[in-house]
Amino acid sequence: MTPDEMKVRDYILKIYDGDVTKCMHCGKCSASCPAYGEMDIKPHQFPSYVAHGEIAALMDSKTIWECLGCSACVERCPRGVKPGKLIDGVRQAVIRQRGGSHLYPEQIPAMVDPETPQQLLVSVLRRERK
Amino acid sequence: MGEITQYSYFPGCTLKTKAKDLDRYARSCAEKLGAELVEPENWQCCGGVYPMGSDEIGNKLSSVRALNDAREHGRELVTVCSACYHVIKRVNDDMANVPDIQKRANNYAEFDEPYTGETKVLHYLELLRDRIGFDKVKEAVTKPLAGKKIGAFYGCLLLRPSNILQFDDPENPSIMEDFISALGATPVRYQMRNECCGGYRRMENPELAQKLVGKIFTDARNAGCEELITACPLCWYNLNSYEGPDKLPVRYMTEVLAEALGILDEKPEAAELDGVSCGCMQDAGKEA
Repeated sequence: MTPDEMKVRDYILKIYDGDVTKCMHCGKCSASCPAYGEMDIKPHQFPSYVAHGEIAALMDSKTIWECLGCSACVERCPRGVKPGKLIDGVRQAVIRQRGGSHLYPEQIPAMVDPETPQQLLVSVLRRERK
Repeated sequence: MGEITQYSYFPGCTLKTKAKDLDRYARSCAEKLGAELVEPENWQCCGGVYPMGSDEIGNKLSSVRALNDAREHGRELVTVCSACYHVIKRVNDDMANVPDIQKRANNYAEFDEPYTGETKVLHYLELLRDRIGFDKVKEAVTKPLAGKKIGAFYGCLLLRPSNILQFDDPENPSIMEDFISALGATPVRYQMRNECCGGYRRMENPELAQKLVGKIFTDARNAGCEELITACPLCWYNLNSYEGPDKLPVRYMTEVLAEALGILDEKPEAAELDGVSCGCMQDAGKEA
């Protein structure tokens, strides 16, 4: 790990505020995840990627945008690792960078229909922008 | 029905716009059941999703202000929208139990007295069960929904994480089934009632939402459901916009309650009220 990578990892750990070393790779989080099939790096792999400092791969992953935030993994983890909160920590580290937003308001009109609830708009913008 | 009890009522952004039926029937049914829902002045959108980052403060302040307003009025805070409930209850837990957030949010908010999680947050279902009582709801039913097989769709926001939300058993909830029973209908339990509907991924990955919702409908239909009810506008939207086999009718829980209480409007006027002010909506709720 380079000093820069360590710095980013520590920043993610601060946002996450949990303990990745508790993970025992049982896979219950990935088995519970409704978006598992959409993800490149699976929820149960996140703690070891962080522990081993493979941060760039996580920040470039599809997973951080596909996570639904439904907390099924958080609820069912037998070790209290909160995988969804860790995935969210990586996403936060990405969107807090200059130019790190994933979704821009000008993209929105093409994605909505007359029934789109405000809840959907505010939720997606809060998850994907700073 | 005894004396009227007042509750602070946080409607949230979507109940003022796309989910007006969820809102107006919440108000009119509560009134019929002896509870007055009082909307705080100048409330702000909860943000839809709870800010999970442990260092986030700004995104929590709208919830903190609503919670403090309820405390100042000596009222409990009621929400109907699952997302508002989820966000406000989790922020309230932060304000009670996380000293760093408590201190920084209070520094920012400058209330007369620091807010430290005093307000009790109730979902509308909890108001019905724990304050009014499902037995009283049952007594007030004038048009029992006898013979209807209704499935509850809980989704994720009401239930998880259960250690903070403490709403119901996260894997085998029953509050909405008990609610359905109180209305005279038959609740049908199915496995996927606490699964995610696809949530905000509907925006960028609608195929995923369609796939997840399709599984939910198939499971519900196989279990014998004839219709589903939900308290979440985003679940309602994702379920109702499904195009595929096994689709079932999906209604808001307050609409079904209004039907059983005999105060359902045959012709919803929500479309005509787009963009009107909060005061008009309250009036519309009273007429219903």
